[in-house]
Amino acid sequence: MHAMGWVQLAVFTLVLLAITKPIGLYLLRVLDPEGHTYLDPVLKPVERLAYALIGSERIKEQDWKGYAASALVLSLLGAVFTYVLLRLQQFLPLNPQHFGALSPDLSFNTASSFTTNTNWQNYGGESTMSYLSQMLALTFHNFISAAMGISIAAALVRGIARQKTKLLGNFWVDLTRVCLYLLLPICVVLALFLVSQGVIQNFSHYKTAHIVEPYTASKTGALAQKRIRTQSIAMGPVASQEAIKELGTNGGGFMNANSAHPYENPTPLSNFIEMLALCAIGSGLTYWLGRIVGNQRHGWSIWSAMLILFLAGTMACWWAESRGNPRLTSLGVSSYQGNMEGKEARFGVFDSALFATITTDTSCGAVNSMHDSYLPLGGLVPLFNMHMGCVVFGGVGSGLYGILIFVILAIFLAGLMIGRTPEYLGKKLESYDIMTAVLAILFPSVVLLGLTALASVSQWGLAALGNSGPHGLSEILYAFTSTVNNNGSAFAGLNGNSAPYNTALGLAMLVGRYFIIIPVLALAGNLAQKKAVPVSSGSMPVAGGTFILLVIGTVLIVGALTFFPVVSLGPVVEHFLMVNSTRLF
Amino acid sequence: MNIKALLQDVRASLAVIFLLSIVLCGVYPLAVWGIGQLVFPRQANGSLLRLNGQVVGSSLIAQNFTGQRYFHPRPSAAGDYGYDAAGSNASNLGPLSRKLYNQVKNRVAAYRAENELSPSQKVPADAVTASGSGLDPDISLENARLQAARVARARNMSPEQIQKFIARFTTGPQLGFLGKLRVNVLRLNLALDQSGKS
Repeated sequence: MHAMGWVQLAVFTLVLLAITKPIGLYLLRVLDPEGHTYLDPVLKPVERLAYALIGSERIKEQDWKGYAASALVLSLLGAVFTYVLLRLQQFLPLNPQHFGALSPDLSFNTASSFTTNTNWQNYGGESTMSYLSQMLALTFHNFISAAMGISIAAALVRGIARQKTKLLGNFWVDLTRVCLYLLLPICVVLALFLVSQGVIQNFSHYKTAHIVEPYTASKTGALAQKRIRTQSIAMGPVASQEAIKELGTNGGGFMNANSAHPYENPTPLSNFIEMLALCAIGSGLTYWLGRIVGNQRHGWSIWSAMLILFLAGTMACWWAESRGNPRLTSLGVSSYQGNMEGKEARFGVFDSALFATITTDTSCGAVNSMHDSYLPLGGLVPLFNMHMGCVVFGGVGSGLYGILIFVILAIFLAGLMIGRTPEYLGKKLESYDIMTAVLAILFPSVVLLGLTALASVSQWGLAALGNSGPHGLSEILYAFTSTVNNNGSAFAGLNGNSAPYNTALGLAMLVGRYFIIIPVLALAGNLAQKKAVPVSSGSMPVAGGTFILLVIGTVLIVGALTFFPVVSLGPVVEHFLMVNSTRLF
Repeated sequence: MNIKALLQDVRASLAVIFLLSIVLCGVYPLAVWGIGQLVFPRQANGSLLRLNGQVVGSSLIAQNFTGQRYFHPRPSAAGDYGYDAAGSNASNLGPLSRKLYNQVKNRVAAYRAENELSPSQKVPADAVTASGSGLDPDISLENARLQAARVARARNMSPEQIQKFIARFTTGPQLGFLGKLRVNVLRLNLALDQSGKS
């Protein structure tokens, strides 16, 4: 753990702090249907055209059921749109490598994955997807799923702030405004910056390089040798997709290696900016929350709770990875660089550990190093972050509504402990509110553990493993954890491209998205109808140290207690085998 | 939920899919493409390196070198033969994997043998582990230094000359604090070849 890592961590934290308020203030304009932005002269006509096409009767404020129905209908039709494009890939343009159609189960998995903001990938981008599929079938959802998450969060916060109404805003207006005024302009700037660093943006067929020193190679385990004289280099419109992939916490790589690929993440500076883009909106939303509920300290307290969890995770992961793999150091490998299997030389251990922490604190799931090759405790950090629900800055929108569920639960628990009716920002929390909050946490967890258990004892589940022993269980657990929490990163040794896995993981993603969104909107609808009572000395404070600790405690206990047994059979037992034995698997 | 509301949502969804596809999946990538090609044409097209007009590789993408005269890149798990720039991949082997253990064992032995290092010489981790992309264009400075003597011998150059070449293609941390010190293998090897001709 070297000085440069500490400097980068400090700079990253300070920059994130500095952009939180400006983004929050900008969100105030974007999420207000009457709000004005500097981009109005260019984008207002597009917004008006969108409303004309949507229909004027559909842009009025909605109750929670109307809001949820609109989100579900768009998700369904959007998923069908992607499914059809992928199934017809071979007949569509912008396919210079002539890739064929995807199988039905892989198309279902991919459509489900991108619709739910997960971006789990059971395919290698540069060997499967045409440019049209990347740009249209996938990038469309990168924008829409991100905007949908922010819209749902906005509806929940409005429900908290409003009184005696059923109305939570209009889904179509929120979605359109977020896409046009928030995501699009930032993406243009971000994408151009990435191009300046070396991220490609072209529509060329793959380039053939005549390599400097032709050589003879054989396939692993095969005798036949092959003379290699050329290298085919994948091309494509990467930068535009890379920008929204990070900003919208989607995480689906254009290339198979995702942000470890030099064409997706060529320099340490591009790496820094990509990490910042991951946290930017989630962080800004906490400030926006403070503004809307009229309690800025509440917003900053939630931000602080997130920051503490972020710093703890980063340091744990960094510490674990920087010590090197004892099995390899016993062979004469220097431990100086730390554990480098699956990591890039330009990033090294710190930039990799920081990225791994951030990508799972948020629900992004982009990776700049391969988590499967992390040391047991290093790999436990991303897993643990996802078990908490990807609520540390979180997925755009989903992080905010995720942590607010924990906040409501924390206040309820504290209320039980001190024997008072729990109230949150003047709203009494009653059984309906707690039921929806618990449902949003419990049901996805049951599905996560149930599917992990099922895969662990099934032929199809075990056939896909890339590693055996406790690490094999970790691969399965990671897959269902990542998909239920709509993260999308992987212990990628697991080959999930089989019909059972494509189906199970596809369903896990749908459950993880919609069985949280619907209870969250129901909660919002119920809170909006309540009359706020003035905050009194008997009210539980929603800012300050006690509140921060209470929220962190609730997140940790729910995360740790629910998943501790299975985690101890995976990464924990693997760690003890690593340090106390010489076993290999 | 009534049928009328449902139909309105369907219409709105189709409108969103139609209009936002055009803006976000058409105009946006094309604008980035246009400006990128105009302002950063080298980067936007893959930072390709040419020799006598022919593309020989990309400064961002590793290609394999096996000969004594060249610096060798990191091991690669991309594609069947490694270094497949149309099929990036990592080994994804876990820390206690027997396969990983055996791979690294063989690589350590080979690295020590080809660079004539003593059996007690610690080998830099990047030299014997597969990168995340399988296309890592860089190696660590210590890795390059351990290979320098071999390349110098094979090219009849002095170690000092080789060190100068290494220094030319060494990149420090960006802005002083981001990332690692590293050496670009392909550009270094190309420069060595060029120097031999002049």
